[in-house]
Amino acid sequence: MDIQHSDVDIVIVGGGGAGLRAAIAAAEHAPELRIALLSKVYPMRSHTVAAEGGCAGVVQDHDSHFDHFVDTVSGGDWLCDQDVVDYFVEHATEENLRLEHWGCPWSRKPDGRVNVRAFGGMKIERTWFAADRTGFHILHTLFQTSLNYPSIQRHDEFFCTDLLVDEGRCVGVQAIDMREGHHMCLRAGAVILATGGAGRVYRYNTNGGIVTGDGMAMAWRQGVPLRDMEFVQYHPTGLPGSGILITEACRGEGGLLLNADGYRYLQDYGLGPETPPGSPRTKYMELGPRDRLSQAFWHEARAGRVLKTRRGEAVQLDLRHLGEARINERLPFIRELASAYVGVDPVTEPIPVRPTAHYTMGGIQTDIHTATPLPGLFAVGECASIGLHGANRLGSNSLAELSVFGRVAGEQAASHARAAGVPDAAVLREQVEHNAAGWEALREADGDESLAAIRDALGESMERGAGIFRSGEELATTCATLAELRLRYQSLGLTDRSRVFNTEWLNAIELGCQLDVASAMARAAQGREESRGSHQRLDATARDDQRFLCHSLVRRADNGHATVDWQPVVITRLPPGERHYGKAGEAPALEKRA
Amino acid sequence: MSGSLTVRVQRYRPEEDDAPWWQSFEVPWSEDTSVLDALNHIKDVEDGSLSYRWSCRMAICGSCGLMVNDEPRLGCKTFLRHYADADEIVLRPLENLAVERDLVSDIDPMLAHIETVQPWLQREQADPQGTGEYLQTPGQMARYESFSHCINCGLCYAACPQFGRNPDFLGPAALTLAQRYNLDSRDEGRDSRMPFLNGEDGVWSCTFVGYCSDVCPKDVDPAAAINQGKVASNVNYAVNLFRLLRGGDDA
Repeated sequence: MDIQHSDVDIVIVGGGGAGLRAAIAAAEHAPELRIALLSKVYPMRSHTVAAEGGCAGVVQDHDSHFDHFVDTVSGGDWLCDQDVVDYFVEHATEENLRLEHWGCPWSRKPDGRVNVRAFGGMKIERTWFAADRTGFHILHTLFQTSLNYPSIQRHDEFFCTDLLVDEGRCVGVQAIDMREGHHMCLRAGAVILATGGAGRVYRYNTNGGIVTGDGMAMAWRQGVPLRDMEFVQYHPTGLPGSGILITEACRGEGGLLLNADGYRYLQDYGLGPETPPGSPRTKYMELGPRDRLSQAFWHEARAGRVLKTRRGEAVQLDLRHLGEARINERLPFIRELASAYVGVDPVTEPIPVRPTAHYTMGGIQTDIHTATPLPGLFAVGECASIGLHGANRLGSNSLAELSVFGRVAGEQAASHARAAGVPDAAVLREQVEHNAAGWEALREADGDESLAAIRDALGESMERGAGIFRSGEELATTCATLAELRLRYQSLGLTDRSRVFNTEWLNAIELGCQLDVASAMARAAQGREESRGSHQRLDATARDDQRFLCHSLVRRADNGHATVDWQPVVITRLPPGERHYGKAGEAPALEKRA
Repeated sequence: MSGSLTVRVQRYRPEEDDAPWWQSFEVPWSEDTSVLDALNHIKDVEDGSLSYRWSCRMAICGSCGLMVNDEPRLGCKTFLRHYADADEIVLRPLENLAVERDLVSDIDPMLAHIETVQPWLQREQADPQGTGEYLQTPGQMARYESFSHCINCGLCYAACPQFGRNPDFLGPAALTLAQRYNLDSRDEGRDSRMPFLNGEDGVWSCTFVGYCSDVCPKDVDPAAAINQGKVASNVNYAVNLFRLLRGGDDA
């Protein structure tokens, strides 16, 4: 088999915000190192591009790192590692400023300073934004800036298939050159996974087609634990049918959520009292956290108080009172999306919205330095679980995470690579050929199971069993379904035997990753017999700190099945308390503890 | 609103085919069905070997550009309902770019041109860490902001007759990006970009057909950016000429 081999110092898999930031950091930290940036799409296609609302970082005089810390930890229902949150809030602003110095067109105040907007679960306005295309601008700024670093060698449209491991150390990756269909072995002193989330395992989601959990699955297959996988964020406002994201910034700017009766139902779910239209108040009503808002929709739907549209059930997101000028200034992309995909102009009509799967809080286990338990392997961004988001991520924390920990990952990997060196080619030959043979067999798969049928069944099963509310019984059904789908996957039938841009083959590899990641999610959700943040169990409705104030760790057993165990949460200065929003959140208890 | 439509797709698999060929599918559609949805339907139930690029399905990642009835368009933002009265809808890879396979075009020439114009913020002094933001008023931002909305989808390259004739022409997206940085009040890199803009494959190669702006799915208006670039290029030329005639050593 013709396999190309090549040596570099650092391999970064994924060209989104985290991967690009890591690449630039590594190039600045160690200019002599050869950095390979692999991505299955051109970097500016990465799903960072679709983030809309903003990027957190304390900037106002009456705000503080501690306030950001408290919002994040309580928003995460105390499952955040507090040392990580501290590091994050202290470095978010400087990273946002660095993006500014690299050209990111952050929206401005009249005096020329950067503006911030309110966001869900954040007590003080600290969300930097570039209209409602924040992720787009961050990604393009990073991509364009990266072009100025000659040591970053891009490998666009290279599909990473395997991590290479020798003597308990990650020493490179294997990939398929999508244009030629050839296998490639890249040996390296350090590897950074920045492959993004796995939202496509759900039938309805805000994610692009590429968000298939590839990096998580690759790490998992090498025995690296996936952590907190049961925590999947449903964004409260996606378009019904497609799931296309309608940003939280709509509510940050003052948008209202109404049920079928035109009633602001959030006041019935511990988020009130109702705030006057045009005067949004942080941590009240529409500015509550995403988990609570999505759960409120679920209750309204059960009570029959949502709209039945031909695209499915929905509530109404009303922006009309903002006026055309404000909508054009702050939410132009939302106007474009609503008009193109549901035929609604938000200037004159409410947008129909519903919760859709959006973000994986969990991921590849790392320490505060982005290092995984496998030496030489680092992970950052949505594919990783560094312990920042806990049981529920606050909007605008994940874009900041890409920069803060992308830089850390780049620097750490550079230091590691300098010390480790590149392994000898001979030791990897057998492993690489074995992997390639497996992927070749998949390309030739001639069973009778349909890729699309398995993928759709997976999505439906995850919605049913591992959605906004879960139960032991339904999770057991989903786990059984997933096991059956994994069996069916063994009998997959593909029709395309070619090599050049064989997307059927690549989709099949992705589906294998999705099945692994979904199994880890469902298994972790089964193990967590409590309700916390985005993980709500109908058969265990209370938070249980006694048993579950800890991270779940799902590992792959030798038989391919998942085992769960638990890891303590790092708590430094904010002991577990109750999460309150709306008026109840004004209770002095929290302030005192702080 | 629903129906079914004949979708005719250009196929080309370099390992098997000597030349492109056509394949037709009957695709059911409803009000929301996009060209991308139609392609996904074909791939899922009709022919798994059809290749095309896509990801975000919300007109921001720029992956799914193709020719729809000879017009450069994003597949995810083009709807079958608009072609309900047509006999068929014809899909081809983007014009003016080489075909890698089926609807997948080689966009590397566009990316190479983008890289040529040094599209990053340039300052005399490196990143001043520890200081605040560079001040920029909303008015200053408005000068370049719309030019920063380019998603690199390549539709403008498929639309550009000049790029079709001369692949070395830097083309609409690259020239727009150069202008985006040149107009940014924070940037000091204009002098290093001007040689590319003034060069024979720069702004003066544009014959101002303006079709790039017609097809742009994000209303970036590259034709306007290039026209502004021509003005800047003239000024730059005049300034340099003046310096030369004056004989100063600051030229």
